[in-house]
Amino acid sequence: METVEVLDCRGQRCPLPVIRLARRLPEVAVGTVLRVLADDPAAANDIPAWCRMRGQEFVGPTAVGDTPAYDVRRTT
Amino acid sequence: MPYLPTPGTTVLRVGVTGVYLDAATAAPPHPVAREALLAALADGWADPARLYTQARRARQLLDAARAATAETLGVRPDEVSFTASGTTAAHAAVLGGLAGRRRAGSVLVHSAIEHSAVLHAARRHEAAGGSAVSVPVDRLGRLDLDAWSAAVAAPGVALAALISASHEVGTVQPVAAAARACADAGVPLYVDAAQSVGRVPLPDGWSVLTASAHKWGGPPGVGVLVVRKGTRWESPYPEDERESGRTPGVLDLPAVVAAAAALRAVAAGATAEAARLSALVDRIRSTVAATVPDVEVVGDPVDRLPHLVTFSCLYVDGEALLHALDRRGFAVSSGSSCTSSTLRPSHVLEAMGVLSHGNVRVSLHRDTTEAEVTRFLAELPEVVATLRTEAGVTDL
Repeated sequence: METVEVLDCRGQRCPLPVIRLARRLPEVAVGTVLRVLADDPAAANDIPAWCRMRGQEFVGPTAVGDTPAYDVRRTT
Repeated sequence: MPYLPTPGTTVLRVGVTGVYLDAATAAPPHPVAREALLAALADGWADPARLYTQARRARQLLDAARAATAETLGVRPDEVSFTASGTTAAHAAVLGGLAGRRRAGSVLVHSAIEHSAVLHAARRHEAAGGSAVSVPVDRLGRLDLDAWSAAVAAPGVALAALISASHEVGTVQPVAAAARACADAGVPLYVDAAQSVGRVPLPDGWSVLTASAHKWGGPPGVGVLVVRKGTRWESPYPEDERESGRTPGVLDLPAVVAAAAALRAVAAGATAEAARLSALVDRIRSTVAATVPDVEVVGDPVDRLPHLVTFSCLYVDGEALLHALDRRGFAVSSGSSCTSSTLRPSHVLEAMGVLSHGNVRVSLHRDTTEAEVTRFLAELPEVVATLRTEAGVTDL
């Protein structure tokens, strides 16, 4: 099982979840998956878009309980 | 007391000194529209359906407006109906096209990037027991033709709807190829041409087409619904004899006359104007990409509308960006979720998979000058940089 860290962005509106992701991801080790919990509807679109623009891997959408979540792997 | 302008009072001319860059929402009225509106107010107030002199004069104006609009669109006058707005025209196109083909089936095929008026009509159709199939687009906002062809060839498809070019990102859609797929399947095609009419040549192969006068410099409150001969279209409204039974209620005839006059005027100069605006859009696309860090300029850079460009600025709040630009006199729109009443990002940007926050749509018109664009491009980087500094994201 690979390492998964969690970033809780519940209740935060765009672009805050993407900003928090951009700040947190460089702090985890390369290869680690960061799971972003975000109930803002824009996160579903903007987190994959950020990964594409920044060359990081968007692993996919998931959920923690009722909260949508998005897995991002630090690749560089 | 509510303020209404009357002769002798000073009308507050909001925004006249500002730089208006939201023609895709509403273009400033063409001077010909103003003149025609005033003339038709004096001469075209009577009900054109009645049998007296004043009514006959109104009928003549309506007939002339219809003939001029039909000639510009390259269709027959009896195929053209005016409606109370572009939105009602889109609703009528979708619901009437489905009603006329209910014996063939109840499936509506549409692109994922249709205008919300079309999507809302699709939701109504689903609520009434029908179904809708949304066809995806690629990263540039272009229709997936293979998926489209498969969708329209499926059993039970009553109508297909495809926007002529994206109203949010400008990408021109492959309407001719999509129409061939529809023809092969025997499915009528509805084209929402609101951003194309009066600016670029219309595609061929459609059965129903709509447009909106305030997008081309006509007054607000006038839509156009074109139903080609032989198309199975049935009014979704209670019976009414106006506009060949396609539009219920009396029209705003002065506005219709003004809309037709403006359309003829803009169509006459459309080729030169498209070339002028397209060069300005090219400049905006390249300059924004070069001078604003972490920006994504979206939409097809070549096969696009001449007057419209959209970009998204990473880590910037779209609503804050709109307000900051407005304070400097720039009127633009945004597809960011924080600028929508539903707090959802634009379905067009979502369908393309491009960044939706910090989003700005700039759309130009006949009054747009090169100096205005230069000023916008000179001030934009500082506006974005200031917002990023305030948000503390300059190190990201």
